[in-house]
Amino acid sequence: MTPPANAPESIDRLYRSEYGRLLAGLVRLVRDLQVAEDLLQEAFAAALEQWHAGVPENAAGWIYATARHKAIDRVRRRVVESGHGASLADLEADRNDAPAAEDPLRLFFTCCHPALAADAQVALTLRTLGGLSTEEIARAFLVSQATMAQRLVRAKTKIRDAGIPYEVPSADALEERVAGVMATIYLVFNEGYSATFGDAVVRRELCADAIRLGRLLTELLPALVEPRGLLALMLLHDSRRDTRQDALGGLVRLEDQDRSRWDRAQIAEGAALVEQALRAGPPGPYGLQAAIAALHAQAPLAAATDWPQIAALYGLLLQAQPTPVVELNRAVAVAMAEGPERGLWLIDALDARGDLAQYHWVSAARAELLTRLGRDAEAVVAYERALALATNDAERRFLADRLQRLRSPEKQASGK
Amino acid sequence: MQYLLLIYREEAAAERATKGDQEAMHNEYGAFTQAIIKSGHFKAGDALQPIRTATTVRVRGGKALTTDGPFAETKEQLAGYYLVEAKNLDEAIGIAARIPNARDGSIEVRPIMVMARPA
Repeated sequence: MTPPANAPESIDRLYRSEYGRLLAGLVRLVRDLQVAEDLLQEAFAAALEQWHAGVPENAAGWIYATARHKAIDRVRRRVVESGHGASLADLEADRNDAPAAEDPLRLFFTCCHPALAADAQVALTLRTLGGLSTEEIARAFLVSQATMAQRLVRAKTKIRDAGIPYEVPSADALEERVAGVMATIYLVFNEGYSATFGDAVVRRELCADAIRLGRLLTELLPALVEPRGLLALMLLHDSRRDTRQDALGGLVRLEDQDRSRWDRAQIAEGAALVEQALRAGPPGPYGLQAAIAALHAQAPLAAATDWPQIAALYGLLLQAQPTPVVELNRAVAVAMAEGPERGLWLIDALDARGDLAQYHWVSAARAELLTRLGRDAEAVVAYERALALATNDAERRFLADRLQRLRSPEKQASGK
Repeated sequence: MQYLLLIYREEAAAERATKGDQEAMHNEYGAFTQAIIKSGHFKAGDALQPIRTATTVRVRGGKALTTDGPFAETKEQLAGYYLVEAKNLDEAIGIAARIPNARDGSIEVRPIMVMARPA
């Protein structure tokens, strides 16, 4: 569903900004996601017909009230099956004609329920709270519209038939479930941020959608620290998006990026959120990653980066999230803070365990440190191994370029 | 809503268990069953005889074909079930997580299909 074709700008804007909240309120009323979507779509269509004379003062309230009356109609005509739908009394009693403050949060927990597959969670969250059309989501994830429509229908059917609740989980389960919601939002962001294929505009919008969802989550859960860490992390990463690739689509390393083109307003907002998060208590994995990203973003020059602090933050992150990838990042930070030998020692220890045998960045990081130590022959072998493992085109071009430089006669001549 | 909680576990591992372990497991199931009867969630529940007692029947072309054993070989086998009444999936998952074999096997949570009654 999309805003009705040829919708006046006012309706289009309303759709973008209010769709998720209105839908969340209607789901509470009718207890069925599909029914709520249909009602909302009908209400927007009615607005298109009736707002020729002018947009009502409380436009969102008008839409909500119209959808609610359509729901009452349906129950009266028994279109909504009893058992799934709401009672007539409930529908008629709700005269506020506005969603409750907690409604979007409930919908977040429904869409990001662990009983749904990760790709279904992502699609549903974008479709409902994000207000994206099926076509837009399909385009962003490079699948056909039919495939995406089927994925959404399956997820909605499971929510209905398996009895996935529409409520905020109990206190003992809350932390884990919020982690699930954050993981889904970050998945949306990474889909837009990490992929180097696909339409750049679509990918940029996906990042913006993830940031919008992250912002909504921080508003809904003001007492929790980690959602702020997540929002900060996304804002800080996104502030650099224009400088991460050169004109030919090649990767540009952080140290080589044009810092004057980083988005200062986003960095300021992200850094402020990091500070709030750090002050509010022990940071979680998102808060720590955001703190690291903030240190990078705030360094006026690559050479002025506070590497000892970053290495220490990676040490904390490794405790919170003991994964080989974090370990590798920490080793690189330690190499910058304490010298390449120390970093190389950590990477070799990691490599020896074989956890990341197929991960090309281990070899790439080794190669980089070996180059800095002047051990060119070993560096060439390491780059070759990284190149053999890498699959992403931009990354392959980057590695091939490093290898080429190392092998070039000028380099060898100057090295002698 | 009603949910069928299907208990899967490695039969071989269960058969290797010592007498003492088997008894402890038996007692745990007894306590769990009593708890969900008391809380009003219990509708039915049984343990099943081992897979070697299973028979599979298929009717093809009007002819019944009977074979020994289960339809498919799997690592974990169906060992028992509970039928429970729960408010929603979260409550059903909460109950399933308390089944003793959730710790070494796995529990499949399946909603019961509600059939429309003929008018």
